[in-house]
Amino acid sequence: MSSARQTPLYATHLKYGGKIVEFGGWLLPVQYSGILEEHRAVREKAGLFDVSHMGEVAVKGADALAYLQRLVTNDVSLIADGQIQYTPMCYHDGGTVDDLLIYRRAADDYLLVINAANIDKDWAWMVENRGAFDVQLTNLSDETAEMALQGPLAQTILNQLSDKPLDALRYYWFWDGLTVAGKPVMVSRTGYTGEDGFEIYCRPADAAFLWDKIIETGKPLGLLPVALGCRDTLRFEASLPLYGHELSAGISPLEAGLSRFVKIEKNGDFNGREVLAVQQLSGTKRKLAGFVVTGRGIARGDYPVMYEGRQIGIVTTGSYSPTLEKNIGNALVESEFAKVGQHFDIEIRGKNVPAEVIPRPFYKRKG
Amino acid sequence: MNIPKELRYSKDHEWVKSEGKLATVGITDFAQSQLGDVVFVEVPVVGAAVVAGKAFSVVESVKAVSDIYAPVSGVVVKVNDALTDTPEFINQEAYGQGWIAVIEMSDPAELDKLMGSEEYAKIAAEGGH
Repeated sequence: MSSARQTPLYATHLKYGGKIVEFGGWLLPVQYSGILEEHRAVREKAGLFDVSHMGEVAVKGADALAYLQRLVTNDVSLIADGQIQYTPMCYHDGGTVDDLLIYRRAADDYLLVINAANIDKDWAWMVENRGAFDVQLTNLSDETAEMALQGPLAQTILNQLSDKPLDALRYYWFWDGLTVAGKPVMVSRTGYTGEDGFEIYCRPADAAFLWDKIIETGKPLGLLPVALGCRDTLRFEASLPLYGHELSAGISPLEAGLSRFVKIEKNGDFNGREVLAVQQLSGTKRKLAGFVVTGRGIARGDYPVMYEGRQIGIVTTGSYSPTLEKNIGNALVESEFAKVGQHFDIEIRGKNVPAEVIPRPFYKRKG
Repeated sequence: MNIPKELRYSKDHEWVKSEGKLATVGITDFAQSQLGDVVFVEVPVVGAAVVAGKAFSVVESVKAVSDIYAPVSGVVVKVNDALTDTPEFINQEAYGQGWIAVIEMSDPAELDKLMGSEEYAKIAAEGGH
């Protein structure tokens, strides 16, 4: 795949011994020292991820809020300047275009952070939906580098480098115009691991310098460079959806159990509202269920879910869970099979292996 | 990269240690390093007939499911049950406690088709292809 792109930290990944793979059109490390060790570092100490592949789109203009309200399912009017909201973005049929974060800089100025593999598709969809709204859309994906510092020690580490202590930065809020190691950055208290932590947006030219500084500062405390492999196991344990697995054009946010991010009653119409309103009222035919494999085997994405010889669903993500030390998964199943305690089988290499529905999230941090 | 001289190797990155008709098999140090942390092993069943070059076991790392191919043909006479609870033996000791099975060979001449350590070292150095 010669078309795969490098992030501003590509040379840094090689320097730190990252094992490079292609992901969503980008060349990124899947691991440095090992997925299990990196996973543990984020749960117990801290880890630093390169997430520069993520896309960023600025939405500005007098109609910015009205436009976003049309585009996404959550109620964007609920957030204040400096606050962040997670939301699905749907097609008219209720299927999901992408899931994203909306950063509100001002009433007429927002930054959307979207999935790397969906940048072109999302951009086309946003432009198509602009209609008569008075908004300017700017794709900033190439001008922005991003890293995620995650784990219980993230704040201790970042405080040593930032010009302002981050203790007062609340979950799902962000600060712009501060410096880390003397470089201008925007920092949000967000992440995709189920731990406390920050996402740091910077100029691509400063990314390698900042990476080295953060690693240098955190290393004595147990900070490790960490990569895509553990990003997936961490987000999966915390039951955070991954587009292309728990969400897709064929899966609505209500089927994926994300009803609290779908505000049917908000002011004004939005894409997918009609279909989602019906799904909310009469329930969805399929539901996402978390399960533990009680037999021997690891469930993987796309494995069939079976009950009395009939396929009742499909695994969306399945893995060994390093924190729980069990083989667990998510499956999209016929709704009657999604209740906690329900038994079904996962078909693993032609054999039915028993599994049981358990509560999600699988992992929740203490405190 | 650890590639013991006394073993024979397949192009699919399995090793074989033979004593008479018995062949102990596992995956190489190179293979385990490529897979990363092994979290699950499906060992074959004792008594199963296996064919050289055909899948006879499965090793799963956190991210990947990999078929393991029998390097020689025959019947499985012993399996490493310790891998059920301690799959990480494959990472820690690929040529020792990480062994997968013992095959009673139906045709020991198949060993001649496998590689010596020097030839296999070249394949590993080229990234496994």
